[in-house]
Amino acid sequence: MTESQSQASPAPALEMRGVTKRYPGVLANDHIDLDVRPGEIHALLGENGAGKSTLMNILYGLAEPDEGEILLDGEPVTIHGPSDAIDRGISMVHQHFMLVPVLSVAENILLGDEPMANPIFLDRGVAHTRIRELGRRFGFEVDPDARVGSLSVGWQQRVEILKALYRNARILVLDEPTAVLTPQETREIFGVLRQLTKELGTSIIFISHKLNEVLEVADRITVIRRGKVVGQRVPAETGEEDLAELMVGRDVQLTVDRGESTPGEPVLVARDVRVADDRGREVVHGVSFEVRAGEIFGIAGVAGNGQDELVESFTGLRRTISGQATLLGRDITHATPRELHEAGVGFVPADRHRFGLILSFPLTDNVVLNDYHAAPYARGMVRDEDAIRERTEAAIAEYDVRTHSATVTAGTLSGGNQQKLIVAREFGRDLKLLVLDQPTRGLDVGSIEFIHRQAVQRRQDGTAILLVSAELDEILELSDRIGVMYRGEMVAIVDAREADREEIGLLMATGGKVSVEAAIKDMSTDLEQAS
Amino acid sequence: MTAAAPAAAEPRRRSPVRRLINLAIVPLVAVVGALIVGGVIIFLSGFASGELDPTLPFQAYASLFKGAFGSLRGILFSVLSATPLILGGMAVGLGFKAGLFNIGAQGQFLMGALGAAGVGAWVAGAPGIVAISAAVLAGAVLGAVWGFIPGALKAWTGAHEVVTTIMLNFIAGALIGYLITGPLEAPGFSFSRTGPLGNAEFPTLFGTSIHLGVFIAFALVPVIWWLLWKSTLGFEIRTVGANPDAARYAGMHPALITILTMSLCGLLAGLAGAGQILGISHFMNASYGTSVGFDSISVALLGRAHPVGITLAALLFGAMRAGSGLMQIEAGIPVEIIDVIQATILLFLAADVVVRQALRIRAPSAEPDELQTVTKTYGSGTPV
Amino acid sequence: MDAIYGIPIIGVLFQFIGYVIDVTPGIAPIVLGLAAPIALGALCGIMNERSGVVNIGIEGMMLSAAFAGFLAAGLWQQSLGGAPFGPFDLSMALLVGVITAILVAVLLSTLHAWLCISIGADQIISGTIINIAALGLTGYLNRLLISPNPRLGAGTFDSFNLPREIENFPVVGWIADMFLSQGPLAMSVIVLVVMLQVLLFRSRWGLRTRAVGEHPRAADTVGINVIRLRYRNVIVGGIFAGLAGAYLTLEGTGSFQNGMTAGRGFIALAAVIFGRWTPIGAFGAALLFAFSGAFGQAVRIRPPGEEYAQLGPIMEAIPSQVYGALPYLVTIIILAGVVGRSVAPAAVGRPYTKESKAG
Repeated sequence: MTESQSQASPAPALEMRGVTKRYPGVLANDHIDLDVRPGEIHALLGENGAGKSTLMNILYGLAEPDEGEILLDGEPVTIHGPSDAIDRGISMVHQHFMLVPVLSVAENILLGDEPMANPIFLDRGVAHTRIRELGRRFGFEVDPDARVGSLSVGWQQRVEILKALYRNARILVLDEPTAVLTPQETREIFGVLRQLTKELGTSIIFISHKLNEVLEVADRITVIRRGKVVGQRVPAETGEEDLAELMVGRDVQLTVDRGESTPGEPVLVARDVRVADDRGREVVHGVSFEVRAGEIFGIAGVAGNGQDELVESFTGLRRTISGQATLLGRDITHATPRELHEAGVGFVPADRHRFGLILSFPLTDNVVLNDYHAAPYARGMVRDEDAIRERTEAAIAEYDVRTHSATVTAGTLSGGNQQKLIVAREFGRDLKLLVLDQPTRGLDVGSIEFIHRQAVQRRQDGTAILLVSAELDEILELSDRIGVMYRGEMVAIVDAREADREEIGLLMATGGKVSVEAAIKDMSTDLEQAS
Repeated sequence: MTAAAPAAAEPRRRSPVRRLINLAIVPLVAVVGALIVGGVIIFLSGFASGELDPTLPFQAYASLFKGAFGSLRGILFSVLSATPLILGGMAVGLGFKAGLFNIGAQGQFLMGALGAAGVGAWVAGAPGIVAISAAVLAGAVLGAVWGFIPGALKAWTGAHEVVTTIMLNFIAGALIGYLITGPLEAPGFSFSRTGPLGNAEFPTLFGTSIHLGVFIAFALVPVIWWLLWKSTLGFEIRTVGANPDAARYAGMHPALITILTMSLCGLLAGLAGAGQILGISHFMNASYGTSVGFDSISVALLGRAHPVGITLAALLFGAMRAGSGLMQIEAGIPVEIIDVIQATILLFLAADVVVRQALRIRAPSAEPDELQTVTKTYGSGTPV
Repeated sequence: MDAIYGIPIIGVLFQFIGYVIDVTPGIAPIVLGLAAPIALGALCGIMNERSGVVNIGIEGMMLSAAFAGFLAAGLWQQSLGGAPFGPFDLSMALLVGVITAILVAVLLSTLHAWLCISIGADQIISGTIINIAALGLTGYLNRLLISPNPRLGAGTFDSFNLPREIENFPVVGWIADMFLSQGPLAMSVIVLVVMLQVLLFRSRWGLRTRAVGEHPRAADTVGINVIRLRYRNVIVGGIFAGLAGAYLTLEGTGSFQNGMTAGRGFIALAAVIFGRWTPIGAFGAALLFAFSGAFGQAVRIRPPGEEYAQLGPIMEAIPSQVYGALPYLVTIIILAGVVGRSVAPAAVGRPYTKESKAG
């Protein structure tokens, strides 16, 4: 199929043939073929862990393929490192931005390809002019002297794209570029991508696991599952169901059956809560809301608008500056993690490697991580290894954690199983409130479904659930009510049944400022602060 | 994982002997390799006297061995030399487990020695059991204080212990210089020193040189092992060492654990110092010096921060220290060669990737995992 | 209570400040001399940490360089001799000493680079190995080579003699005295500090170094060779540690004692932090630490006299060991006070591996 299509069209700008990459125990890429035409937006669709990023890392020289070849304009090439890739006109916008936060926008853009005033010193003037020029042309002017770390995520992404433009990219790879954007920002970026293909003839590889976006922006779609190409489609001839089945390999239910919600009394009540970030700046400015028993309260927002800090303040990991939080009427504003744990608060943290697990410890120690001090796992100061083991084996069985022993280290589990282990620890006891921060980030569809079902199950049991997710779709799918965070404030709380995707997206992007001017004013104050 | 959680490291159950060999192989290779490198250095030392003698390394090692194991006296001396290294090694190793690098065992040892010498001389006339307890306690407490300070500085301000403990080593030296030439100076001696210990001296076993401190040190090995792997406090220490953020999430108090662990480390090193004064030298002078501080680091690393490993490593280094005197006399090789051999052992341990590749062995890394936490917190600026 | 005790304390404080201002011009050249090895060590630390490598082995590099420089200069003088020429009493022996010192420190920093960058060994352990090895090897060779040869030595570089007329200028005079009444190595410090400061923030090398120390993967993705840059910076950093060691034996004392670095390598690390990883800041910190070291000498040379009625007796009652320990105390206090507000390059202490397993 691929053959006949590529013969009918101009020679592909990029062709990857039979690319294979093995990691210990994993076949990440299994003889993958991919061709991208000049001026085409080619989507690479697949689940988390399907092998998309590995393939692109090979293209970009960050990983060496075990087999296979890469052709640019029909010429076979070997790409040994990013500088090879850049020399050949390949640029990549990584999912986790490759920006140095303490450097300025200009420094980040010209890094590695610096204009020189003489053999030693940089020529800043030339760089600035060029950056401003590119920004004007594509509609995102940004102060070259602003510190990248102080820009919003959306603007950081624009800097990443400027980096590629500055290097005259012919082939631009974007790895999950919309994960951190609002629907409106996403559409804006799509506009820029189309402009690029039309005006400059750039070929774009668009990596995503979101069906609707792929259908909207791509000229062609290649689907990858478990390291193999399982099909290629043209948007006009396919639909979400077809793509989903290709991607996952079985019939998937795109939505969880949530049933009816029967909210009870308020469990968590937050009043005017203010929280600071690690650097001591106030990033949550007086947020009030409540989560009732038997409901899922979702917090939507672009990453970095204070959601993580807000949630951490309810788990004892972060100090509240002022305001009050109560759990079933009891003041928990300054409660410690242990007090909250004992009061029936479960917490699935966003960063499971930082907070959730100790990768070098066995599963047993991880399962009792916050119960290790209490009966039956300890008597006084003495640990009871048998009780710990028993509990672990029960949890592994109940939550379907795939492992051959309770004593292997947590680091040996796959991401999905690590998250299930955390879920087993946090869900497997009597709970009043369950805080889920990005509970499915980076997981495969099977694990996502499992965790969603478990969460809904707990809601039916009458637990109050506070859900934070950068994936608006996840929020819309699970929540009964939705609060939108923007610049540290909860700008709206809406009933999920009446929620409109567009409207929430707009709230996430502008905080409900009626006019576009107001939003732009916000942005420019951002930039002023940054510089 | 290190020997820390034996059951945890291996997915498949291997025979205990295999597991033990697996753990010990890299340290063993390191020791043998370092002895070979040391031999080459000894051989090259012939340049200094003008002739290269290929038998010199063998002569040197023969006298080293003779000094350490050639007589009952030698063996007892080896055990005596190992005693402070067991405690010092645990003072460093326990710190590793909590993600702390205690380079301050030197200062804590000296403060322990100072406390025991000062208080011992003061209570010299009291009944034995009282005098000994008071002197030991004083040493332990002063050592613990010298561990508490860098612990608290790290927990409260984020100042990294690598720098603060070194500074405290020098401050301990200055303090000792002042106290022993001043307030603690005993009258009637030709040089500045503390007074006689009287009843505070450790009793010895059947007229040998083996004193009470040896038994204390060996008795503490299983205690520390139990603390680390069988108690909840040990779980907290190891959790803070492996991942301080997750420890906070689990309801522990990393700051408190950091302070407590450093104080415990100081206490162990202080006990080592007290033991040397009360059991061997019986007084302290103003320029009292020791190599225990740096030896302890080598011992802890070679012993994989595990109490049993530390004991074995301490016995090895103790024997080398004990035998080096005879080596200097008989073969004319300065005792400092032991430091060189130690550094070479550490070099082999640090480059264990190369060692394992060269020998085609599959063994766990020789470095304690928690070292990552030590190094990551360097300059991080955030208190734990 | 406060009112009663407050007045004399403030009085003493004012007298103390007055005394410090009074003695500073006199000890200024001593201060720069004491600051030189710390500042050079700090430059070594900056080269390392700015590119993402912790180096606690500076102490050992300095000590080895001090020993090797002294030994090479002494042996040259003994076997080949040669009269001093030119300014500073330059002699072939001293130059050979300096070069040897640098070579030895560069060798050790190459070892550090290999262990930290290629082997992925723990960076703090690598530094510890260098410290222990340096202490052992210099002690061993000192006993073997220098002790039997007590007359070994090649003297020291001479200091430049500032003309009296300049020295007597107010303020400008003593600052000139501080920087110019020095030997060549101490004098070079200020040049090196300014040079490194400019290069770090204005040159391509500096930009890339800062990027590699903060976010090596980002640097890698724009084609910067992280491994090579780190190697180069760690090895070049060794030159500074070598100069620091050479200063100790060939410009400072003219002799070698075991462990003579006395923690200066670690004080240099504190200076790096206090100076927020900038050469000029670290130099300022080094001056502060050096001043605390020189203060004891000032009190001995010019004890506070009549005009410091309250301060005098207090200063005299303080035992000399306190002045000796002052630099260490000040280091701890500064470190504790400043560290929370001073942020290290983000990648410090983390080895960089090119391929990471990614889905």
